[in-house]
Amino acid sequence: MEDIISILITTIRVSTPLILACLAGLYSERAGIVDIGLEGKLLGSAFGAAVVASVTGNVWLGLLAGIGVSMMFSAVHGLASINFRGNQIISGVALNFLASGLTVFLGAAWFGRGGNTPPLTGDARFYGIRLPFAQEVSGVPIIGPIYSGLLSGHTILTYLAFLAVPLTAWVLWRTRFGLRLRAVGENPKALDTAGMSVSWLRYKALMITAVLVGMGGAYLSTAQAASFSREMSSGRGYIALAALIFAKWKPYPALGACLLFGFLEAMQYRLQGVDLPLIGRVPTQAMQALPYVLTILLLAGFVGRAIAPKAAGQPYVKER
Amino acid sequence: MSKTIKTGLAALAGVALTTLMAGTAMADPALVYDGGGKFDASFNESAYNGAQRFMDETGQAYQDLEISGDAQREQAIRQFAARGNNPIVLPGFSWETALRSVAPDFPDTSFLIIDTVVDDIENVRSVVFKEHEGSFLVGALAAMATESGTIGFIPAFDFSLLQAFGCGYKQGAAYIDPEVEVIETAIGTGFDAFNNPGGGTEVALSQIDRGADVIYHAAGGAGVGVLQAAADSGVLGIGVDSNQNHLHPGQVLTSMIKRVDVAVYNAFEDFANDEWTNDVQVLGLAEEGVGAAFDDNNAELITDEMRTTVDEITAAIISGEIVVHDYREDESCPV
Repeated sequence: MEDIISILITTIRVSTPLILACLAGLYSERAGIVDIGLEGKLLGSAFGAAVVASVTGNVWLGLLAGIGVSMMFSAVHGLASINFRGNQIISGVALNFLASGLTVFLGAAWFGRGGNTPPLTGDARFYGIRLPFAQEVSGVPIIGPIYSGLLSGHTILTYLAFLAVPLTAWVLWRTRFGLRLRAVGENPKALDTAGMSVSWLRYKALMITAVLVGMGGAYLSTAQAASFSREMSSGRGYIALAALIFAKWKPYPALGACLLFGFLEAMQYRLQGVDLPLIGRVPTQAMQALPYVLTILLLAGFVGRAIAPKAAGQPYVKER
Repeated sequence: MSKTIKTGLAALAGVALTTLMAGTAMADPALVYDGGGKFDASFNESAYNGAQRFMDETGQAYQDLEISGDAQREQAIRQFAARGNNPIVLPGFSWETALRSVAPDFPDTSFLIIDTVVDDIENVRSVVFKEHEGSFLVGALAAMATESGTIGFIPAFDFSLLQAFGCGYKQGAAYIDPEVEVIETAIGTGFDAFNNPGGGTEVALSQIDRGADVIYHAAGGAGVGVLQAAADSGVLGIGVDSNQNHLHPGQVLTSMIKRVDVAVYNAFEDFANDEWTNDVQVLGLAEEGVGAAFDDNNAELITDEMRTTVDEITAAIISGEIVVHDYREDESCPV
C-alpha cells in the first residue's frame, strides 16, 4: 500500500509539467496552430523563472517571468505562422533550437555555472502546501495515506494544473469563446464569414498556451527542482504533444494520458533495484527504457484513429 | 621574381607574428572546465579553486574556458595548444577522446588529465584519485549516522568510475555495521544524467520513501537536486568532489572531497619550477588526495566518537591494515 501511494505521489509530481504543457498544446492546436515549440517554451520559461526568482528572491516574480518568456516565444510563433503564414512546424522547431542555445549561452554568461542557475532557497521557490486536516487524518486507514500523502503536500502549481483540466473542458465546450476557438481550428472560413477575426482568435489561443506552458516551465525550475539546469525540459514538451495526440485533443483524456506517462516515469525511478514478484530484479536500463517503449506501443497500437483539428497547421488566407 | 620575394616576406612576417603572439601567451597555463561549468559547487569549482590559489600566490595568470557542448572539446584544446598555452589542464574523464586526438600534434605542450589514465601518450600527465578510500570513510560515517538502518547511494548512471564510489561506500558502511542496507539508484543512463537535478530529486525522494535517511551522491551537478531533496525531507545528504557541506548547513553529513584543486595547483607549480613529469599519479588517503570534509557546517552532526572512528579508519587504510577494494580492478564489488 505504502509503495503504491509513494509511486502515485511521484506520478503526480512528474505529471504536473506534462499536464500544463499538454493543455497548452490543446488550446493552440484546437485553434489551428500546431505548436511543436512547446518544448522550447518549457525550457525558456523554466530558465526565465529561475533567473528572475534567483535575482529577486521572489518566486511569484519568477513565475511571471516564466510566463513572460513563453509569451514572447508565442508572439514570435504567432507572427511567423499567423501574420506571415509561415510553416508552423518550422517556426516551432526554430523556437526549440533558440531556447536550447539561448538558455545555455545566457546562463553561462550571467552565472558561470555551465548554463545552470544558482540554487534557489527561501521565498525564491515553491513549496508543498499542506491541505487542512492532513496531519489529523494521516492515521486513518486508507483515507489517511490517500489524503495526507497523495493529495496534500504538492505545490500550488500542481493544484492549478489539475484544476485547469475541468476549466479547459468548460471553456472549450460550454462557452461562446470556446465554440469559436474550436471553430477557428476546424473551419476558419466560417468564422471569417461571420465577421470575426481569425488572427485575433488564434492569438488569444496562443496567449492561453503561453500562460499554461509558462507555469509548466516555472514548475520545472522553481518547484520540482530548485534551479535551472541546461536542457532540463528533456523532451517533456514532445511527450506532452504525444499525450495530446493520444488523447485525441480532449482535456480529460489528456489528463489521463499525462498521468500515464508520469506513472511510467515514476515506475522508472521507483522500481530500480527492487525485487519484483515472479520477475525478480529488473535491470536498470530496462526500467529506464520502459516509458519510451510503452509510448511507442501506445501510439502505434492503441490510440485508434486520431483526427486532428481540420485546419491545424494551415495558415488562414482570406481570399484566393 | 619580385612576387616570390613578396610572398616570401609576407610568409616570414606571418611566422614572426605568430611566434611573437605565441611568445606573449607562452607562459600562461590553461584550464578548460568539464561540462558542469566553472561554478558547479563541485568538481570543476575545485579545479578553479586550485588555479585561483596558484594565481593568488604567484601572480601567474591563467586562461580558462567553459565549453557549451561536447562538440567544442577538441576545438578548445587545439586552440589553446596552438596559441602556446602550456600546460593545459583538463579536469574530467570526458576529455580523454579529445585529448588523444590533440596531444600527439603538440609534443612540446604538456597536458594534465584528471580522473582517467592516458599513459600511452608522452606529453600527458594523468591524475586519478582513490575515490573508493574516501567513499569508505563517508560510508562509515553514514552507517554511524543512520537511524533507520538504511542508507542510499545515487550515481549519475551505471559507470565504473561511479561504481567505485558506491563500492567504497558500501564497504565502509559494512565495516561499521554489516546489517546496514544500502539502496542504489541511478538517475539516468548517460552523461546527460550529470545535468539532471530534477531526476536527482526524484530518485532521492524515492530512496527516502524506502527508508533511507543518509544519501550519498556521485552525480556532479545533478547531486544538487539530491542534497536539496534530502534537506527538504529532513534527512542527511553526503556531498561529493568539493566540500558541499555549506549547501545546506546542518543537513549535509559530510562530503567526500577529491582534491582536484591540489592536482591543478601541483601541475601549475611543477611546470613553473621545471619539475613537470608525464606520469600517472594516484592520490589516496595517504597523499591527502581524498577525504571526508569536516567544518562548522556539519560540526553538530559529527559526534566525537564518529570523528575518532574516522581517524582510526584513516590510519588503518594508510597503514594497509584495511584494504579497500577498488571496483575498477575487476568490475565487481565484494559487498
